[in-house]
Amino acid sequence: MTQTTAESPTSKQRAQLKVRTLRTDRWWLVPALTFAGLMSFLIYGVWAIFDKSYFAEPYIAPFSSPCLATSCPEGARFLGLAPFGDWYGLPPGLLILGLPGGFRLTCYYYRKSYYRSFWLSPPACAVSEPHKKYSGETRLPLIIQNVHRYFFYLAVVIGAILAYDAVLAFRDEHGNWGHVGLGTIILVANAVLIACYTLGCHSCRHITAGRLNHFSRHPIRYKAWTFVSKLNARHQQFAWASMYSVMIADLYVRLVAKGVINFPFA
Amino acid sequence: MGYKAKFRVWRGEGGEGQLEDFTVEVNEGEVVLDVIHRLQATQVPDLAVRWNCKAGKCGSCSMEINGRPRLGCMTRMSTFEETETITVTPMRTFPVIKDLVCDVSFNYQKAREIPSFTPPKDVKPGEYRMQQIDVERSQEFRKCIECFMCNNVCHVIRDHDENKPAFAGPRFLMRIAELDMHPYDELDRKESAQEEHGLGYCNITKCCTEVCPEHIKITDNALIPMKERVVDRKYDPLVWLGSKIFKRSGV
Repeated sequence: MTQTTAESPTSKQRAQLKVRTLRTDRWWLVPALTFAGLMSFLIYGVWAIFDKSYFAEPYIAPFSSPCLATSCPEGARFLGLAPFGDWYGLPPGLLILGLPGGFRLTCYYYRKSYYRSFWLSPPACAVSEPHKKYSGETRLPLIIQNVHRYFFYLAVVIGAILAYDAVLAFRDEHGNWGHVGLGTIILVANAVLIACYTLGCHSCRHITAGRLNHFSRHPIRYKAWTFVSKLNARHQQFAWASMYSVMIADLYVRLVAKGVINFPFA
Repeated sequence: MGYKAKFRVWRGEGGEGQLEDFTVEVNEGEVVLDVIHRLQATQVPDLAVRWNCKAGKCGSCSMEINGRPRLGCMTRMSTFEETETITVTPMRTFPVIKDLVCDVSFNYQKAREIPSFTPPKDVKPGEYRMQQIDVERSQEFRKCIECFMCNNVCHVIRDHDENKPAFAGPRFLMRIAELDMHPYDELDRKESAQEEHGLGYCNITKCCTEVCPEHIKITDNALIPMKERVVDRKYDPLVWLGSKIFKRSGV
């Protein structure tokens, strides 16, 4: 038979380059900035969860919303509910922390960012990772990442509650409608960014119509998929923007609650 | 205006070798492959380099330029400083035959492991009727020129040679996605994508997308949608229950 391809080398070896990478650009900068950005969010989050100044009528800090504990002030309770009873004495934010936290933790974009910046797997493209073995998301614990769509469903609920909080922010501290303060604008901007991030999720894209093979048979779902795909193309940007907007909104409400910022401008 | 550029080029056979320094003339408008060819013509006649179209469409001249997987014919010399030393090495994931030429047969082996397009038995070639919106997704993946830079840069096999038997690489997982999304393909590829072709190894760090010279959104449009389809099949009890109750498939 005629041989049409080059013979394989006798010793099937890669080029024996001894260096981790030959990249000459600042490949470490993006993972370093990502690490710093995510760490700052985590540190703020831990502080915020245990900080008690989370409500200043009519604003509620996003990290503590919905407020479901009996310890929540009357006006802060979501729809007036306190389903957890007196036995629950921990910060109310802890009750709901896992929902948006799980959504971001299993998000396809955040997975990329922390696999790169925290686990260095790999730290950057064409830069060797330090681990001897790699099994990816084929086994426990990382196979649990496949639960992402369930966190998406829960994140939609949380996003709707934050939008509801933003609507309530159009009232003043006495409950009269028509107020528009800096806090109102911040909470509305946060709700919009959270919605763009949540609806641009890869799981949402799959659920709307991504799982279909015949878009033409499902025109409405296809339209929804087209819309979600546009958001999805900017998922990374919305991930960062919404992460910082929720942090800024949360901090702002706490500053109002602590009396650092006062009405009527608040 | 021409200038003399400093090049460090990998020279050697079967993986053994070293980086050798050269000074080569560079003229305005040239790409790295032009300079490699000049080096071959004027100083190192036995320098091995694979190339063909010089237009970024054949995928032959994949190499690593300053550590980054690039097509030699599409990397302009004007993107480098004149004083910069440019390092050119073969693709790191595949065995070296000689100098910059790799044995990429791993990819052909993986291609053969994927069952081909399987249309319904009662539809003959020429009878396929599909709307544009139904095939658009797959068409993006057909732009692939098989330069194999995505497979080269993927850390799953780049840093872990032992994963090669279990992992098809982004190029062929994209092929599986292309077929799975095809309105006329009848084969169920979700289970095999995960179990036989190693989709679960992908941790979506998007290097394949970063290096693709055709700008195919491999991760967002092929790998993640395929992961979601696998979740439907293997990890989502609600979808499983729905499929049992409503007996739906291939919608």
